[in-house]
Amino acid sequence: MKNSIAERVLDYLIKYPPFNLLNNQDLFEISKEVSIIYLEKGDTLFEKGDAAKSDFYMVRNGGVKLLHTTAENTQEIVNISDAGDVFGIRPLIAKENYKLSATANEESIVYAIPISTFTSVTKNNASINKFLITAFATNAYDPYTAEENGKIFIDYLPNSAQDIVNFQTANYTKKPITCLLDSTIKDAAIKMRDHRIGCIIVIDDHDKPVGIITNSDIKNKIATGLFPIETLVTNIMVSPVITSKRDLTVAEGQLQMIKHHIGHLCITKDGTVNSKLVGVLTHHDVLATLGNNPSVILKEIKRANRTKKLRSARLKANSLLKNYLEQNIPVGHIVKVIAQINDAVTVRAIEIALKKMPTNPPVKFSWIALGSQGRKEQMLFTDQDNAIIFEDVASDKYEETQTYFLELAKLVTKSLNKVGFEYCEADMMASNPKWCISISQWKNQFEDWILHPDEKAILLSSIFFDFSPVYGEDTLAEELTNAIYKALEQTSIFFKFLGRDAIKNPSPLGFFKQFAVEKSQEQKDLFNIKNRTIMPLVDAARLLTLQNNIKGINNTADRFEQLALLDPNSKALYHSCSYAFKALSKFKTKQGILHNDSGKFIDIESLTKEEQLKLRRCLKPVHEIQEVIKIRFDLKNFI
Amino acid sequence: MKLFSWFLDKKSDHPDFWLEYLEGFKGKMNKNIQSTRFVAFDTETTGFDFNEDRVLSIGAVSFIDKKIEVSKSLELYIKQDVFKAESVKIHGLLKNSKVEKQTELEAIKSFLAYIKSDVLIAHHANFDRNMINKMLERHGLGKLKNKFIDTGHLFKKSVHLIYKDEDQPFTLDELAKELNVPLVDRHTATGDALITALIFLKTLSRLDKRKHLNWGYLLPK
Repeated sequence: MKNSIAERVLDYLIKYPPFNLLNNQDLFEISKEVSIIYLEKGDTLFEKGDAAKSDFYMVRNGGVKLLHTTAENTQEIVNISDAGDVFGIRPLIAKENYKLSATANEESIVYAIPISTFTSVTKNNASINKFLITAFATNAYDPYTAEENGKIFIDYLPNSAQDIVNFQTANYTKKPITCLLDSTIKDAAIKMRDHRIGCIIVIDDHDKPVGIITNSDIKNKIATGLFPIETLVTNIMVSPVITSKRDLTVAEGQLQMIKHHIGHLCITKDGTVNSKLVGVLTHHDVLATLGNNPSVILKEIKRANRTKKLRSARLKANSLLKNYLEQNIPVGHIVKVIAQINDAVTVRAIEIALKKMPTNPPVKFSWIALGSQGRKEQMLFTDQDNAIIFEDVASDKYEETQTYFLELAKLVTKSLNKVGFEYCEADMMASNPKWCISISQWKNQFEDWILHPDEKAILLSSIFFDFSPVYGEDTLAEELTNAIYKALEQTSIFFKFLGRDAIKNPSPLGFFKQFAVEKSQEQKDLFNIKNRTIMPLVDAARLLTLQNNIKGINNTADRFEQLALLDPNSKALYHSCSYAFKALSKFKTKQGILHNDSGKFIDIESLTKEEQLKLRRCLKPVHEIQEVIKIRFDLKNFI
Repeated sequence: MKLFSWFLDKKSDHPDFWLEYLEGFKGKMNKNIQSTRFVAFDTETTGFDFNEDRVLSIGAVSFIDKKIEVSKSLELYIKQDVFKAESVKIHGLLKNSKVEKQTELEAIKSFLAYIKSDVLIAHHANFDRNMINKMLERHGLGKLKNKFIDTGHLFKKSVHLIYKDEDQPFTLDELAKELNVPLVDRHTATGDALITALIFLKTLSRLDKRKHLNWGYLLPK
């Protein structure tokens, strides 16, 4: 049956991304299933905490505001989606609850698009998938903007220039390497080698671009014997080329590349193939201009004078992370870059908070990072774990001093939360009076944990022992470290407790060498990569470094490397632990990006055979290091 | 006494779909406006004469609580022998166009199954109601039993007294403009039905604000 309304819905959808990437037939399938919702001003589509509905939305008329509910239960507008903006899609794909509320800012008409139809139609559409992944990676982990997909789609909307960053003119390569129509492929390849580039543009006598040859053309058409090496470039070039004008924006460039499935855009004088070639814009150029460059991000962080700016700078690190993972850059390097960025964000947040305080700090203090940030192993956004050590003061001044630092910590944790670091559920933060204490108090606290270990002390140890100074007086942190090692000399029972903790999650490979999957209802049949593989390695590394009196190294992989140096007999094992840790972290991060969560739980069935093998290979060192600890700390009868 | 005997046999003579349609009115009306299903519809005709002219197309959308599902819209094209070239320029329906057409009886069947006993909404509802009733009459069926809401009347009621201009009936285009409803697919039956539905919803929201939202106010006596 004819469905005129669906046709009109299609006419509208097709104007906007991601629907403009679909063919008419597919889009019609979607259009038929759309619902048209009328909203009065103030009507709510979904509220924070609601379970994900079956539809996502596109504004047809009017405007819908996305609201974030703050800790004080006030609401602030994160974004207003206008006609053509899509929102509320992320929770549907991530299968989680809404993090924002959506309320009509004015009388509006909204299209509700069923996610099931959308995904089944777009399942095999590479450009849509790429579009969605890019969109998710750019701001998926920010609890504020996670939802506002109006924003994430803006990269692809050259005409609604809200986000200036994406609309700067693209920095293309000005002097592209070219060859003439009558060159042989051999000449072209030599030129490419000499200039160390992956593509060459074929031009005619008037410098007009005619075709393009990339590494893969040479691989696919020459190396396979399809054409001889002396063949003319015209025989294997891809022609015609996609061209663009000089003043194109980054967003436009990216859009063109996605649309045509290409990695290179030829820039010509008048933007058509009929004029002189002036440059080439590569996918790499686009990424670089988008600011996915650590030094650019660090600069931006240091210059940020408001939390909001800090947030947008930190968000860029997420796309950086994704690109790094795609490009197979070593995890060790990625982790260091991200750690540096996270530390810079914290430092800047503290500096901004200090300016807001009525007076300067009464005494010197050190802001320390705990847990994974302390170990410099954070990649995705995680909870914030931090604490303050301040100098000893006279007992009559103590309360006053602590109050000052608590106030400061409240400002800092609030702004870090705004940036994207969730509050620690266990309240292990400097804003908690228990973790904002003087150096002497800290020494007492650690001594108490070390000399009188119990379940709770061990649990806290796993977080507090991996501290590293981020801001302020580093000597305070050093003093605390020395006191800890001194206390450790007096006891061995503490190590036993730590050891027991390190082996509490037994070998991840069960009977018949199957992965030990979760049995609880919620995560049934999922493999907990964090608890079963990463944490045992982290715990083992901590225990062994403490025992070996290694100071100042917090990173798990580095700790194992250091242990390998100190104990040549177990060198191979330590190296494999270090490697396994890095590989597992990468695995977890990739899964996290893919499923838009922490990556903690993995559905083994969904992995390819190769991935399963890779994962399995990492499990051997986990098992072995646990055995070593069992023997070394004589835990057989302790468990 | 031919007429009388026809009257007596009425029940048995009527086809099942009509009896089923009547059956739907036996239940009680839903008191809650929010959970009530409304059907907005429009007809495209060969002209304005109830006796001479014929319905060429019926379009309808239904909604519950401000949500219109595109997949549940109705779009019927009817085979008619009456054809008037001059009306083509309004509705664009040609005599031998390629759209799938049904007989009048089939269309009635689909339409009744779609509207059930629900409240009908139309702009200048009397015209559409009469056109449909004539269609029913030609097939020996009774009149539509549904409650009707005319968006033109309703809007007039919603406008504040001082802005009321009794003489001026509002056209669909004027209303759409006034209420900022996108005018897409004007003069196709479903397009107009959708515009009518949105006009109704927008008018309803105005009424709501002044606590006028009750059946007594919506349905003319």
